[in-house]
Amino acid sequence: MSLAELICPAGTPAALRTAVDAGADAVYCGFQDATNARNFPGLNFTPDELAASVAYAHDKGAKVLLALNTYPPAGKVDLWRQAADTGARLGVDAFIVADMGVADYIARTHPQVRLHLSVQAAASSPEAIRYYCENFGVKRVVLPRILTIPEIREIRKEIPCEIETFIFGNHGLMVEGRCSLTNYLTGQSTNMDGVCSPASDVEYRRHDDGSMSSQLAGFTIDCFGSDEKAGYPTICKGRYTAPHRTEGYYAFEEPISLNLSRLLPELIAAGVHAFKIEGRQRSKSYVRGVVSAFRQAVDDIRAGREANIADLVALTEGQKQTQGAFETKKWR
Amino acid sequence: MNSSHDTLPRAAIPGASVIARLSCMVVQPVLSRVVRRIAERHPSLFARLGPHQGTDFVIDPVELPFALHLRPDPEALVFRAVPRDALPAAGATIRGKFMLLLELVDSEEDGDAAFFSRDLDVTGDTEAVVRLRNALDDVDGSIAEETAEMFGPPGRAILARLRRAYPT
Repeated sequence: MSLAELICPAGTPAALRTAVDAGADAVYCGFQDATNARNFPGLNFTPDELAASVAYAHDKGAKVLLALNTYPPAGKVDLWRQAADTGARLGVDAFIVADMGVADYIARTHPQVRLHLSVQAAASSPEAIRYYCENFGVKRVVLPRILTIPEIREIRKEIPCEIETFIFGNHGLMVEGRCSLTNYLTGQSTNMDGVCSPASDVEYRRHDDGSMSSQLAGFTIDCFGSDEKAGYPTICKGRYTAPHRTEGYYAFEEPISLNLSRLLPELIAAGVHAFKIEGRQRSKSYVRGVVSAFRQAVDDIRAGREANIADLVALTEGQKQTQGAFETKKWR
Repeated sequence: MNSSHDTLPRAAIPGASVIARLSCMVVQPVLSRVVRRIAERHPSLFARLGPHQGTDFVIDPVELPFALHLRPDPEALVFRAVPRDALPAAGATIRGKFMLLLELVDSEEDGDAAFFSRDLDVTGDTEAVVRLRNALDDVDGSIAEETAEMFGPPGRAILARLRRAYPT
């Protein structure tokens, strides 16, 4: 049976308290280092902050999931092992992992803590998911955002663990976050350093005509007209010209966010156990608005009422939203 | 929200420079008191700012006659009103309407959403801005209301009046 848990983002302790107070069943967060894929300046938790946050969440009946979802560079596993040891000591309810070595270490060292397989692992077939379950005792898989609901329903029947799917937020599908584009320009890795488009490499330039260009590592990756909505300064959502496309076009993906609020009943019926809201880099205002809206919607559905979810388009990237591949493979 | 900023050059308004300087003189004592109080009550802000404690931020409420200069150095805090023709060299500039900036400080609005809608302009050192945003976002409660409380009933009345004057 679907638990329909709401898994909510927290970039800071205050955001964690906001998410819990807004109705999160569980909150996911990370340390201030390369062990998590939102290793952004001024974001994330110290061990002391995590300890207080775990206590706060548990007092209110919510769980804390620690994201250790990056890949240790060869021979440099200590940071990930220490993070796992610290998280276990502080009483987190689960680790979200991508790397098999990290999963193996936790399975052997902290078998009492649940393992969730990060979307960063990009496991999208029953065979791949079963491999993680059988070898590391993974209890839940976060599915890549490339599957339709009928496909999710079929996978559900063939795997021995719970399923978590994204329902709102960033729609970056470069093999589910395992993106090498940022590394190509900046020398820093989404997968190993936890940074996509590091802020130190981002520059916005405002022009006299009101337009704004965004640059990453000195390369212009987009230019927005004076009245045009903007997106994140990521290469995958940049707009480029080519000899055959001189007008400028989105070569990989456009600035847009996922919003599956209308598909919630179908996802629950398909057996999805938990719904993930993306956005650890976002503010408390975002967390409060999105978590509250989805809390209400899930509660309405459970009570047999029609869910009437609030309009969240103002919080979406580029102020555009999509149901992506969940609705149809023709999305792209 | 209207995305068109007030871009009328201040110097073109007769007497703008005098008005700006007088306004700065009036608000400066308040700003100094506010920043000291916020720093005392929220010391964790500085850890999240990291190396950008020494960065000069220019915060530009586009419809006010002056901009604000913030240097969040805990050893030598700077928060002052500055006429636009006398701005310091900025490490980072954050520009938007006054009430939007106030709501961003209080996490009533989402900074990314304001950026997507083009209501918020950011130039200069993006990392400094990200750190400042994340530091402020980790503050519980309302900095605007804390500030109003410092000045008792008149402070609360002014904040209420401001909020009425800027319907969101």
